[in-house]
Amino acid sequence: MRPFDYHRSENAGDAVKAAAGDGALFIAGGTNLLDLMKLDLMTPSRLVDINRIGLNDVTQTEEGGLSIGALVTNSDCAADARIRKDYEVLSRAILAGASGQLRNKATTGGNLCQRTRCYYFYDPDMACNKRKPGSGCSAIGGANRIHAILGASDECIATYPGDMAVAMSALDAEVVIEGEGGETRTIPVRDFHRLPGDRPDQDNILEPGELITHVTLPAPAKGRHIYRKVRDRASYAFALVSVAAIVEMDAGRIASASLAFGGLAHKPWHDPAIEDLLTGEAPSEALFDKAADILLADAKGQGQNDFKIPLARRTLKAVLREATGERS
Amino acid sequence: MKDTTLRINGEERKLSADTRTTLLDALRNHLGLTGSKKGCDHGQCGACTVMVNGRRINSCLTLACMHDGDEITTVEGLGQPGNLSPLQAAFVKHDGFQCGYCTPGQICSATAMLQEVKDNWPSNVSESLTGEAELTPEEISERMSGNLCRCAAYPNIVNAIREAAEASS
Ligand SMILES: Cc1cc2nc3c(=O)[nH]c(=O)nc-3n(C[C@H](O)[C@H](O)[C@H](O)COP(=O)(O)OP(=O)(O)OC[C@H]3O[C@@H](n4cnc5c(N)ncnc54)[C@H](O)[C@@H]3O)c2cc1C
Ligand code: SF4
Ligand code: FES
Ligand code: FES
Repeated sequence: MRPFDYHRSENAGDAVKAAAGDGALFIAGGTNLLDLMKLDLMTPSRLVDINRIGLNDVTQTEEGGLSIGALVTNSDCAADARIRKDYEVLSRAILAGASGQLRNKATTGGNLCQRTRCYYFYDPDMACNKRKPGSGCSAIGGANRIHAILGASDECIATYPGDMAVAMSALDAEVVIEGEGGETRTIPVRDFHRLPGDRPDQDNILEPGELITHVTLPAPAKGRHIYRKVRDRASYAFALVSVAAIVEMDAGRIASASLAFGGLAHKPWHDPAIEDLLTGEAPSEALFDKAADILLADAKGQGQNDFKIPLARRTLKAVLREATGERS
Repeated sequence: MKDTTLRINGEERKLSADTRTTLLDALRNHLGLTGSKKGCDHGQCGACTVMVNGRRINSCLTLACMHDGDEITTVEGLGQPGNLSPLQAAFVKHDGFQCGYCTPGQICSATAMLQEVKDNWPSNVSESLTGEAELTPEEISERMSGNLCRCAAYPNIVNAIREAAEASS
């Protein structure tokens, strides 16, 4: 690990000031950043410790939703009584990720910013445009079993690996961001992560030094909440494909549906055309197949990850069947 | 270099170390507490599990300097020869280990996990998120999935945890 200067902040205002300037990064739980720093894959010259700046509460909003502080741990978020009851998909997604120990440290802000698990991103000896712009992409034509089938570019085919943000995308949550001068801006979670395009080094829309302060959930969405994660082992593994779904039924028809997908792209995938198709329809296998056709219309396998295309179809259909079926 | 004060197993310990020192390395290399083990150093195995302010974490993925004033519990603090904690005794009784390398992490993790269940935290395999947390073998396996055992002593680990949980409820 490279040496760095360590600064502990006591409030958000101090943190954004301390992080202004080149080479500074916030450290929250540290579970992703330190992992990468140990391999010299991230080399901040200054760490701004934000663990004691507050922002560790879940509070009610005037709009009837919830505001989750950036330092709320994944464990506390998943165990929050209001989230368990009204935003089950979010609790479920968090509980499907990492381990008990990691969730105790991982924070809401840090989880959103976690970096890809592409093998070559983790290997300093291999070309990787995300780690070293212009060096090439070793995953194209290489080991790419875990890589993207949607929205990839010629420069990068990595996926965003997280679970929490997939549920937040289905919930249409918003990210509140504070800049150096204390000014704030709000971005839908659906627009927070980027597609790789020709800037795969940029995972999301945060500018250097910007601090995530909160994630805001809208008023609870009625209906059945499901998070289905398919992975290589039953626990403590990243998603190959995941589906977050909130589906409300009315008199045998789908009254509303909100869906987001993990493991498929450089960001949690959300396609409003699928929701438009489903709304107002009676559930059927033919309808679910059409939904999968829309999702996968532009899907492209890279060789080792070709299996994700049928797997995404089957996972989506299984989730829709469960969401629209009789409650057991 | 950075001065940090930690409360470890109820005792105040001062540390003066490079800011890069992980909590795990501080415990093992600076403070002589070698119970916590280093398996992977990357959050992937759980051998380094300790409790910070009552919660289990991977000590390899956090910096010692971030824990100034925090209360740390390691396996040494849970019990000692002749004075074993209920979980330590249950691991011995049920042969919950073979080589023993993962064991300190397993025991710290299980100690905190049983408290999480008492606090009614749900898990990925909980049928309902709003009901009472129940400690079935499936629940124990899921809640302990952050602790790998290369010797695969899993069935005995689950039995040991079950017995300790039943004895404490
Ligand atoms: C073995 C292992 C298995 C895992 N499995 C899963 C899994 O199955 N599913 C899953 O979703 N995740 C998984 N994870 C990833 C884990 O969820 C993340 O490491 C964690 O959520 C990161 O949060 P943190 O607070 O520790 O972030 P940190 O490591 O502290 O920070 C990560 C990044 O975010 C930035 N950052 C942190 N907070 C803020 C903020 N408030 N504003 C702006 N920037 C900020 C930091 O500067 C850094 O660049 C796994 C991790 C490990 C090690
Ligand atoms: S897929 Fe992206 S992260 Fe992986 S090697 Fe290619 S450029 Fe790097
Ligand atoms: S040594 Fe910390 S998790 Fe493996
Ligand atoms: S007893 Fe050997 S690794 Fe678990």
